[in-house]
Amino acid sequence: MNLRLIVSIGTAAIALTLISLWMGQQSYGWFPPQASAESILVDQLFSFLVALGTFIFLGVIGVIVYAVLFQQAGKYDTSDGPPIEGNVPLEIIWTAIPFALVIWIAFYSYQIYDQMSILGPMEHVHKTGIAMAAPAKDVAPADEGSGAIAPIEVHARQWVWEFRYPDRNVTSTELHLPNNQRVKLVLQSEDVLHGFFVPAFRIKQDIIPGRAIDFEFTPIREGRYRLRDSQYSGTYFAAMQADVVVDSPEAYEQWLTAAAAQPPTVAYNRAFDEYRLAQNPISPGWKIVEPAAPPLVNVSTSPSSNPPSGEVSNP
Amino acid sequence: MTNLSVEAIAQVEQPLPGAPDNWRRFFSFSTDHKVIGIQYLVTAFFFFLVGGLLAMIMRGELITPESDLVDRAVYNAMFTMHGTIMLFLWTFPALLGLSNYLVPLMIGAQDMAFPRLNAVAFWMVPVFGFILMASFFVPGGPAQSGWWAYPPVSLQNPTGNLITGQTLWLLAVAISGVASIMGAVNFVTTIARMRAPGMTWFRMPVFVWTVLAAQIIQLFGLPALTAGAVMLLLDITAGTSFFDPAKGGDPILFQHFFWFYSHPAVYVIILPIFGVFSEIFPVYARKPLFGYKVVAISSLIITGLSGVVWVHHMFASGTPGWMRMLFMATTMLISVPTGIKVFAWVATIWGGKLRLNTPMLFALGGLTMFVFAGVTGIMLAAVPFDIHVNNTYFVVGHFHYVIYGAVVMGMYAALYHWFPKMTGRMYSEGLGKLHFALTFLGTNLNFFPMHPLGLMGMPRRVASYDPEFAFWNVIASLGGFLLGISTLPFLLNFIGSWVQGEKAPKNPWRAIGLEWLISSPPSAENFEELPIVIAEPYGYGKDEPLVANPDALEVAHESR
Repeated sequence: MNLRLIVSIGTAAIALTLISLWMGQQSYGWFPPQASAESILVDQLFSFLVALGTFIFLGVIGVIVYAVLFQQAGKYDTSDGPPIEGNVPLEIIWTAIPFALVIWIAFYSYQIYDQMSILGPMEHVHKTGIAMAAPAKDVAPADEGSGAIAPIEVHARQWVWEFRYPDRNVTSTELHLPNNQRVKLVLQSEDVLHGFFVPAFRIKQDIIPGRAIDFEFTPIREGRYRLRDSQYSGTYFAAMQADVVVDSPEAYEQWLTAAAAQPPTVAYNRAFDEYRLAQNPISPGWKIVEPAAPPLVNVSTSPSSNPPSGEVSNP
Repeated sequence: MTNLSVEAIAQVEQPLPGAPDNWRRFFSFSTDHKVIGIQYLVTAFFFFLVGGLLAMIMRGELITPESDLVDRAVYNAMFTMHGTIMLFLWTFPALLGLSNYLVPLMIGAQDMAFPRLNAVAFWMVPVFGFILMASFFVPGGPAQSGWWAYPPVSLQNPTGNLITGQTLWLLAVAISGVASIMGAVNFVTTIARMRAPGMTWFRMPVFVWTVLAAQIIQLFGLPALTAGAVMLLLDITAGTSFFDPAKGGDPILFQHFFWFYSHPAVYVIILPIFGVFSEIFPVYARKPLFGYKVVAISSLIITGLSGVVWVHHMFASGTPGWMRMLFMATTMLISVPTGIKVFAWVATIWGGKLRLNTPMLFALGGLTMFVFAGVTGIMLAAVPFDIHVNNTYFVVGHFHYVIYGAVVMGMYAALYHWFPKMTGRMYSEGLGKLHFALTFLGTNLNFFPMHPLGLMGMPRRVASYDPEFAFWNVIASLGGFLLGISTLPFLLNFIGSWVQGEKAPKNPWRAIGLEWLISSPPSAENFEELPIVIAEPYGYGKDEPLVANPDALEVAHESR
């Protein structure tokens, strides 16, 4: 009997482990493509958490389901169960194991965080208006190609993303980045909180008005991705999106050169377009904060990338 | 020492004759804790339906990627009001109602320590509920800055009026805070001073422990939120600059004020539900609560830890690296006392004689969803992962598993379990089980899809989204509508049963507890003579009496 119990618990534990490991592998597929060096680390951590979480969830729920299926009282059985009030060794074990587990998770997360070094703002924040051109040099980007790319300014306002390449005199509403190089952004907001969030990069940082926040990461996959505002910023919050294009270093260089040669034009902006259309049949007429005018930029996103709602988009 | 207030209570007169069958007492300024409890519950459930209606409109908007059902401003107002109503007008008051009804009965008291204060605290709920609802009709509409009301968005006032949705919102939150502090003082005093003879700390049911733990949080946490709300109100109305960066204020400071209370507030909500689980599992598994003392004490440990985890809501804000790491560690630690409880409930169920009545089904369903929420909660505590999913639907999915999966399901479990006691009538078991099936299915359909959406990068609070997110959103919306439908059998069951249900005996579940020793519903003064408690709670399977004077309470102790 005792042997049978040990064998069945052992079998269940092995099955559970295999399912958990399999889930951990599956979890890589639940994300957008891995387009930054940071994303690889985050996905790895998540996979570990999924495997562990699956084990705990299925373990606990398995016991409950077993009890529900096989330990119901008979219809006319009014007797009580055994009066077991506790078991000190068992209680110590199920305090100690979770304690050890969370220390493990926290330590592993710390290691991953350390490797990412996407910059906590505190050391890297400087008040706006102070020497934007000379960002803190004391923090080494920990990358062999450091200093190759001049910082790119990200300006957020209700509800526009605007990107400036000050050394090349280029402005754009589409963020272009070179592949395989440490990129440095300077995040600034002109009105409310916004959030810089590119799901394919797995990185996010709130942008705080009155501060300039240095933010670093390394794109590793060419392609077109989405930048979304992640900190609620008012009426047209959901419309505040932009495209992020990771180019090969050569293509990036070409893009910058071509962009600098283009005369500035009024950019397309979804919030502004939706507001200006003003034939909104579902509007309650509440007075809202007016969207900022679209900026004058060398390169504008095409309306089809983020078409206005409620209206057939006409380019 | 425990009965010092009995005489004081005897002097408190009822505004209306306290006859239990006088329905008009529910519309009066009654000081009977049982009447106030039911007043809280019914009022809160009304607002639950209102908040749910808003949620269903939001799900209607989100069933398509375009912003096409309601205007963006309306959508923003809806999620703001949905969150505010569900927290301040449904979960808090509903749990206060449950606690109000049960705590005095469970500790063998004849009422709360301060019955009039109790009534005043309740009557503030309809007052600030009215203020909040009224904000739909002011120019500019209700608050549209989310239930966090983060500045500077909450400071923006395009109408230029003094009375805006946002100021009314802040007023309502401040009144709610005052009412909650009144309630907290009352509960802590009641539990500390009004226990029946022999009701020592370690003879209190775990529900009482969890209410105590939760109300202590209200006492230390609410001042921070109220201060933050008042400072924000001053920024909007009086031109101060606590939080306005344009005038040198710090918007991040508000986030600290806000989360210093609003994270522990989650434990104010979940702790009494832990109490409900701890009451219900022993009854329907016919076994004592496993590790009673540890479960009781772990509530207080949660209270302590809940005060030092708030920054995990701000990992992506202007938060330095050391602070991220520190709060990651504290946040993970809180899973240890929580895990102790979960394992204790599982061990309570294990080897028992389970009876799957509606309360047990809801409790088991709630526990299952809580375990899932616990797993995703640990994931969210891990900073590198949180940075990806912070402010995405993953977080929305996580906390709805807590707040709907565990809290609402636990609330339903409690309502079914104590319905016979509160009303003196039995509910319909068939409708109850139908209600459970629809709720469990609806909750998972509605909130599970939010996890993949968050992983894919869909931010929360969006009125429109990219087409790649459509699939999971359609499923979530269908689940949302199903949840709306699931309240119908509940309403039918409870209203129908209250009016013409079968009469309930005093202890239909053969449960052990002081409240089950007296008639259903109890008389106005609860106990004719104060019970003399001589045993620990949850004595299932042990043939020992709970009180020394069962016959003097009201009617003879039912023998088994």
